[in-house]
Amino acid sequence: MQVLQSFAIRAGYAVILLIAVLVLNFSMMHLAPGDVADTISQSMGGADQELLDQIRADYGLDKPFIVQLGRYIGGVLQFDLGFSFFYNQPVTDLILQRLPATLLLVVTAQLLALFIGVIMGVVSARKPNGILSHFVTFLALFGYAAPVFWTGILLLIAFSLKIQLFPVAGMQDVTIEGGFWVHFLDVARHMVLPVITLGSLFLALYSRLARATMMETLGSDFVRTAKAKGLSPNQVVYKHALKNSLSPVITLAGLQFSAVISGAVLVEAVFSWPGLGTLAFQSIIARDTPTILGILFFSALVVIVGNLLTDLALRLVDPRVGGKG
Amino acid sequence: MALLSVKNLRVEIKTRAGVAPVIDDLSFDLEAGESLSFVGESGCGKSMTALALMGLLPEGVGSIAAGSITFDGEELTTASEARLREIRGNDISMIFQEPMTSLNPLFNIGEQIAEVLRAHQNLSRKAAWSQAIELLDAVRIPNAKARVNDYPFQMSGGQRQRVMIAIALACQPKILIADEPTTALDVTVQAQIFDLLQDMQRQTGSSIILITHDMGAVAEMAERMIVMYAGRKAELGPVEDVIAHPRHPYTAGLISCVPHILSTLTEEREELVEVPGIVPALQDFGKDTCLFASRCLQAQAQCLRARPPEIEFGPEHQSACWRAEEL
Repeated sequence: MQVLQSFAIRAGYAVILLIAVLVLNFSMMHLAPGDVADTISQSMGGADQELLDQIRADYGLDKPFIVQLGRYIGGVLQFDLGFSFFYNQPVTDLILQRLPATLLLVVTAQLLALFIGVIMGVVSARKPNGILSHFVTFLALFGYAAPVFWTGILLLIAFSLKIQLFPVAGMQDVTIEGGFWVHFLDVARHMVLPVITLGSLFLALYSRLARATMMETLGSDFVRTAKAKGLSPNQVVYKHALKNSLSPVITLAGLQFSAVISGAVLVEAVFSWPGLGTLAFQSIIARDTPTILGILFFSALVVIVGNLLTDLALRLVDPRVGGKG
Repeated sequence: MALLSVKNLRVEIKTRAGVAPVIDDLSFDLEAGESLSFVGESGCGKSMTALALMGLLPEGVGSIAAGSITFDGEELTTASEARLREIRGNDISMIFQEPMTSLNPLFNIGEQIAEVLRAHQNLSRKAAWSQAIELLDAVRIPNAKARVNDYPFQMSGGQRQRVMIAIALACQPKILIADEPTTALDVTVQAQIFDLLQDMQRQTGSSIILITHDMGAVAEMAERMIVMYAGRKAELGPVEDVIAHPRHPYTAGLISCVPHILSTLTEEREELVEVPGIVPALQDFGKDTCLFASRCLQAQAQCLRARPPEIEFGPEHQSACWRAEEL
């Protein structure tokens, strides 16, 4: 019950934070020179002052800043993020079309990086001087040093062009026909390279942290107790030590959620993945302010939800976090 | 035949300066149901002895270099890791100095007790759980049925040590090794824990190896004691004999460190005497001298020439001191 209550409080804070993000985004966009009217007139091949004023009046851009802000927030509260003249669609629809692709990419990369990273960390912590342990150190260095887009392009050249193993771009093959599993496999094949690209950086982070915390945990008193009980080495490591090493990794994963999203912009650009990242890239080039604002809002939403989930995961792992005491 | 027989045990650990014997030529017997106490300062090899008996010497650092450990007729130094796991927690179990950190913070105490029962007694989850509640009751945790779901952070230090005792005694081991079980606890709680250990020993008939530097605890708990110094056995004998007439200057020094509360300042109470100096550095442990000589007020030239042999006084009392007979 108490857990639920404190979770509700956190959710309340999240809403306040979201509104703050909204105000900040909108204000910053407003500070930038030029507005929607300029962009529209540009796409029309120029317009005179009269037409500009007309457009500004139509879009409510002649109203004072505070009124515009109020209208925007009012709209967002009703899930209306404005209208994109560039795509000629409501921004909310636009984003909801693209969001699943990004979430699929980001969540898969994040979960795989977490899972594989933890396993690698544990195995290498058990043999600190083994080959895998050195590999983890190398991988971490590589992951930190290599820019995501560079890794992506190299992978593309190697596995799509030289060895034609995976598709070059996109999320699915439109010519393909068949049932659910055919499409599932098709999307999976398209996902391999982007997921590896996006996941490698985080795999490096998580495996290194998991290795370090695991080594520390293996030296702790309760691990000695577990051994003194006569438990098998696997029970000692995967039951007693692993659970105690998870908290730092989960915390880091939660913090990295925002980085995964920003990483997705680059990866999506490299692999032409039809997600939010590509949309963000295109709308910035097109100066499509409502879409940019909408994407920023959704990114904030995803990060905040990610943090809430992290919090929940920590509570599940560690009874000392919040709750009884 | 003794339940546990240790002969000429030598445990070495690797240091940067080379290999050092942290236990050097240690021999002793432990009878069934007996309480034996190891006494000495920190760094004298008491805990290493316990870890060696459990087969839990730090991997890659410490190892048994020579000697034998025979438990119930079975040689442990050459036993397989799988066999040692069967013995650990089942026939020989151990409680540690730090109840605060010796329990896993992320599992409730019921699971931590039940786990050892499942591992060794082939109990079902349910049976192990209900026996865990009985064990909590036996170590006098009030309201055991409710507290079995508690996590270690919800318990006091004394309660956690009781849980550790419950874990150690769950499988009714033949030997219980208690490595400074009360050092981290309040004095009043210490007495309760010792009471509990004695009661449990009476009920289960286990032998107890008590490792401590508390002479008071030794006098109360143990029948025989071994005084360790720098990895070597300095003195061994029945507790009363050793305390009444120590045959080793180090033992005498340890005894004189204990204050007597009841004696008044003016009459019986002698000034507290400390043992001057510190335990020698690890790299000096293997030397063929008396390692205590540098701190000993009675040291002679001979003490620095050769390691003293273990001299017998009566059937049970031994001392490794060149001047033991004069003391």
